[in-house]
Amino acid sequence: MPKMDAALHQCAIAELSALLAARKASARDIMQSCLDQIARVESSIHSFISFDAADALAQAGAADKLLASGVTHREKPLLGIPVGIKDVIAVRGQPLNCGSKILGKYISPYSATVIEKLHDAGAVTFGRLNMDEFAMGSSTENSAFVVSRNPWDVTRITGGSSGGSAAAVTADECIAAIGSDTGGSVRQPAALCGCVGVKPTYGRVSRYGLVAFASSLDQIGPFARSVRDAAMVLGVIAGHDPRDSTSVPQPAPNYAAALDGQVKGLKIGLAREHMVEGLNPEVAAAMSEAVKHYEKLGAEIVEVSLPHTDYAIAAYYIVATAEASANLARFDGVRYGARVDGSDPIDLYCKTRGTGFGPEVKRRIILGTYVLSSGYHDAYYLRAQKVRTLIRQDFLNAFEKVDAIITPTSPTAAFKIGEKADNPLQMYLSDIFTISCNLAGICGISIPCGFTKEPKLPIGMQLLGKPFGEETMLKLAHAYEQSTPWHNEKPPLSQVDLP
Amino acid sequence: MNSRPSSNANLTRIDRVASDFDIKYVAHLARISLTPTEEEKFGQQLSNIIGYIEKLKELDVDAIEPTAHAVPLVNVFRPDEVRPGLSNEEAMRNAPAAANGLFMVPKIVE
Repeated sequence: MPKMDAALHQCAIAELSALLAARKASARDIMQSCLDQIARVESSIHSFISFDAADALAQAGAADKLLASGVTHREKPLLGIPVGIKDVIAVRGQPLNCGSKILGKYISPYSATVIEKLHDAGAVTFGRLNMDEFAMGSSTENSAFVVSRNPWDVTRITGGSSGGSAAAVTADECIAAIGSDTGGSVRQPAALCGCVGVKPTYGRVSRYGLVAFASSLDQIGPFARSVRDAAMVLGVIAGHDPRDSTSVPQPAPNYAAALDGQVKGLKIGLAREHMVEGLNPEVAAAMSEAVKHYEKLGAEIVEVSLPHTDYAIAAYYIVATAEASANLARFDGVRYGARVDGSDPIDLYCKTRGTGFGPEVKRRIILGTYVLSSGYHDAYYLRAQKVRTLIRQDFLNAFEKVDAIITPTSPTAAFKIGEKADNPLQMYLSDIFTISCNLAGICGISIPCGFTKEPKLPIGMQLLGKPFGEETMLKLAHAYEQSTPWHNEKPPLSQVDLP
Repeated sequence: MNSRPSSNANLTRIDRVASDFDIKYVAHLARISLTPTEEEKFGQQLSNIIGYIEKLKELDVDAIEPTAHAVPLVNVFRPDEVRPGLSNEEAMRNAPAAANGLFMVPKIVE
């Protein structure tokens, strides 16, 4: 049945579950279909640093055995579903590089909690999806391995830092993927590639086994081709974990079950501070259409104010780099990873880190060290933490009036590879819409809301939800998605010619 | 408090330069060796970024409490019980240099 096989990698999770339950396809067929798609498109888009096909097919075979023994998707909701994994999450026995050279030939001795949860739910986890080194970047150009390319135009970036995850899901190389979001690293690449990406509330998903970048901001989230699929994966990975002390002891709701139902009467906030001048006109036009569409669906649009928006990027790049400088101190060439020998331990650290880290990671560690250094801590780090209080309070005030806030995800569509590579500050400024969400610890989602004309590139819109308000946020996203055509559009990868 | 929102204000302040940022000194604190080319390039880029983050000084934050993280939890405890962990062999497997179950490092004391 070659024709049906060709379509398996493009199916939604519910469709695949039905095929598996009816024995019309096996988990191995599904995994093989993804591997065949990888063989077709991977040389154009470079989503993966590496993948272990034999291990993935073995996991799929085990899923088939479970299905044959009578296990159903009611017990294991992702049984036989291939899920790609960002190279920042530990999977026992698999490489872990964080897109960096400094980890050398590191093999994870244990699995992250999200991986254990995915396996418990029957998912086939595979691949080391490409990313900006240590999740520091907005384009995936900072990977030490390869630059991922946008499935809609391979001369353009995928966004970042989880660019490999977004490109792989968009190009049908896997059914869903896992990424991490510290300042927009799930939502922004989802927007630029044209898929769905969720940043859950801080504390919602365990970070045990996620290599830390900025511990007060990091959160793991799913990528998928529909809100429903993203909600299903989120339902599996969310929940309390005693091994992550920031994980909140609240049971995870059934997010997929919360999708249906009225959005009539829900209030969506529009912040006047988000009408920035640098906003691309086509993105602005898509946003006003989306707002009108929500009004047609019966939601009420309410103007809100987030007065400290203009300070978010500055506060973020102090808090995030300070925490990164502490977290990345562990990469010293002693216990794991690559080592460059030195005459004494300090010389060894300096040489190992000078050789092993790429430019953006070096810049951020140095900046973080500076803002924490004696005499500067209060002026920068403490002040940024206070501004963070103001930003969080802005959102909590707004959420007294509205159920969610709508924004563009990114001020522009995907830019050209190399366009901002030499200007880190310009790159940081493109994170304007996504960063506050992490500082405030709230949840956010990006979904497709249109395309630019020439060239045709996806535009993403973002919904921000209350702390632990994922259900309402997902319901709003689902209602928009199901009444608009954008999520059904596929990138013309077959016409791809590499530059 | 000045809360006039941005429009394009954030794009105009990027020319300010931090005068007292010593790239050599801070890179050494961070235990990162840099080439002379990197020192020059990163020094310039980081001065621009520090110039930009100075904008936080526009806000009066004297009466504001800092936020370290956004989760409503403090002092999370668990029972002090022995649990399974990595074996010595597993913990050493990724070591760049090891002998007798120990990490090898350059000589520290004469």
